[in-house]
Amino acid sequence: MNAKQNNTIAQTMKEAMYKLWSFPGGITLAGNKSQSNKETISTAKTPKQLIIPLSQHIGQPAEAVVKVGDKVLKGQLLAQANGAISAPIHASGSGIVSAIEEHAVPHPSGLVALCIIIDTDDYQQWFDCQPLLSDADTAEHSIHNLTHEQITTQIAQAGIVGLGGALFPSAAKLHTAEQKQTDTLIINAAECEPYITCDDVLMRRRPEEVILGILLIKKVVGAKKCLIGIEDNKPEAYQALLAAISGYKLPHTEPQIEIIPVPARYPAGGEKQLIQVLTGKQVPSRGLPMDIGIICHNVTTAAAVYQAVYRGEPLISRIVTVTGGAVKHPQNIEVLIGTPIREVLDQVGVAYNKIEKVIMGGPMMGFSLPSIDVPVTKASNCLLISEQGELATPPPAMPCIRCARCSDSCPMSLLPQQMYWYAKARDLEKANAYNVFDCIECGCCSYACPSNIPLVQYFRYAKNEINNEQKERNKANIARERHEFRLERLEKAKQAKAEAARLRKEKLAKKKALDAKKAQQESDATASDTDKKDTNDSADLIQEAIARAKVKKAQQQAQKKNTDNLTADQQRQIDEANERRSIE
Amino acid sequence: MITGILAFVALASFFGLVLGLSAVIFKVESSPVVDQIDTLLPQTQCGQCSFAGCHQYAQAIASGDAPINKCPPGGDNLIQSLADLLDVEALPLDETEAAHSGPIVAVIIEDTCIGCTLCIQACPVDAILGAAKQMHTVIENECTGCELCVAPCPVDCIEMIPIKQTISNWRWPEPQYHTNNQAASTIYTTLDQVLAENTQA
Repeated sequence: MNAKQNNTIAQTMKEAMYKLWSFPGGITLAGNKSQSNKETISTAKTPKQLIIPLSQHIGQPAEAVVKVGDKVLKGQLLAQANGAISAPIHASGSGIVSAIEEHAVPHPSGLVALCIIIDTDDYQQWFDCQPLLSDADTAEHSIHNLTHEQITTQIAQAGIVGLGGALFPSAAKLHTAEQKQTDTLIINAAECEPYITCDDVLMRRRPEEVILGILLIKKVVGAKKCLIGIEDNKPEAYQALLAAISGYKLPHTEPQIEIIPVPARYPAGGEKQLIQVLTGKQVPSRGLPMDIGIICHNVTTAAAVYQAVYRGEPLISRIVTVTGGAVKHPQNIEVLIGTPIREVLDQVGVAYNKIEKVIMGGPMMGFSLPSIDVPVTKASNCLLISEQGELATPPPAMPCIRCARCSDSCPMSLLPQQMYWYAKARDLEKANAYNVFDCIECGCCSYACPSNIPLVQYFRYAKNEINNEQKERNKANIARERHEFRLERLEKAKQAKAEAARLRKEKLAKKKALDAKKAQQESDATASDTDKKDTNDSADLIQEAIARAKVKKAQQQAQKKNTDNLTADQQRQIDEANERRSIE
Repeated sequence: MITGILAFVALASFFGLVLGLSAVIFKVESSPVVDQIDTLLPQTQCGQCSFAGCHQYAQAIASGDAPINKCPPGGDNLIQSLADLLDVEALPLDETEAAHSGPIVAVIIEDTCIGCTLCIQACPVDAILGAAKQMHTVIENECTGCELCVAPCPVDCIEMIPIKQTISNWRWPEPQYHTNNQAASTIYTTLDQVLAENTQA
């Protein structure tokens, strides 16, 4: 396709009669996409060692189901999803699990995380994959015959996550969308960040996969409307998708897939911005697109859904854009997840002596890697290897002059200068009140700031601190509850002890009284015995029995004083004793 | 003149009545200051403030018997929020107590533990699990790092270790206002080193 043709298509895209809206702010950036989007998608070699992190998604890290020394096949389950918001991890190559240990992962902190390390073999044998459909099945009928559960289960088991960058487990998102009655499916093909072209080449080279993936997602969501939003700087991809759609004739009763070109302006590919451009609706503050009946998926996610349903293949590879001034042949390369970045760079060909930074992601939202000995993950859409002077290093920040360029450029209509003051002063409550949590961290404000203030860094910091404070407060509340419960428990134990002591004392007192009474009765009994020595034996026995009965009765009436219910005999004795005392 | 006086008396009594009633009807329940202070305190129950627990310290602050800078676990952030709450001057942290160095957690060396239960009795938040002559262990998530269990242990098998930094508890550093270039260069040193090796090789 020559340049002239391209221009004509671009012109048609611009003139296409779609009612579009706009989002506030945004900036126009140099695309820098033409370096890498010309070539076909190359395939990276299987590395000697695959380093596969267990946490490549939002939510709980996956739980390993293999042990060190296990032999695994390509596509075999390595770790299962752990909880509702989680995704499984699969072996991207066959070989032997040599370790399950902490290894450096691509993260701005440069910290380590738990990874499964596989020493690959030469055979690269596939696990027995179970596709739901095959390429021979025509789309209209075959997809129709699948149930929602079949598709979502396949997506969940394939470990598919939002490949646009959010990394939210796709099956969980689809599940919520089904429950929430979403009526619009938006496929995000905008890819607005400079340098990145992985979605662009995917649409150009494998448009059928994208379309079939979209049809599958559409079936699950049950959307009444399906829009693909694509930036108007990708005429070839637009053309390829149009051609692919015409290959699948949807019945007239079903909603058609519409491809809508949107003006290229950063960040048109932000989920909330794309929704606003296509539908004119705004996602509510701190809400989700589902709150306004919309679900958004990325084109690469759609292609992964196709792979899972038609090939049975889990998500074990992704297309990575390797570009930047230090790369000899910028290109898109399909890399197995877990391949060390150093090996990717070696294969693509990089002038190591020219490198200034290695950025994962784009120049606006990506982060500098502290090391290249980290693996490619599901999140790695782009490796930007910049040479000296390619990406402007911001000069030292100057004071804010209140020019309001940041608020003019903010696509979320926030007030960056206000949030900046509060974040800097650590007045987190105020920063929160100015909706710092609605910030999508696109970096437009930092880009627009004439004083080079690292605004977005401040907002990231403020969000982090607010979350952390909340976490600490929760922890403190739990500690207080536990402490108060302990005090209560100790108090109860003390009371119980005191009560037990009181009871014991009472019992002792009773026993003493009883003993005294018994002793007295015994002495009485002996006394009466001596009195009646002369009477015959039978009378003696009767007397004894009576005495015993009396003792028993006395025991039963333990509370009664031993001066109550005295027999005439006893009374006589007491009287005698009293007499004796009075005489003495 | 009398009409004037009567009119004003009537007005005054009417508004007085309205104000008085609204004060009763729309009464704002404000939580007692002790509870407000207690909510801010970190609830480690460590006693480093020389009071038995966080609640007692909150009571002492409320009654004016204790300064607001006696809580090392809360640090400067706590002092600031206490100062805001009570509308007093923020003081620097009282460093007479051992300086607080990041979040820590108690760990029982299980090989050495003799199962004496003394640490269980000392723990203010019931974060130690065990029984007499059985090995004890600390529930890491519940431990506040107060160190109260360290002293009673007769075999010195409790160690206080800093909470390990992982990706899930890592936080973005505060941006350096005037020296963001320096900060940036420190982040990239590792990559530079890697690449330096590469160019040499």
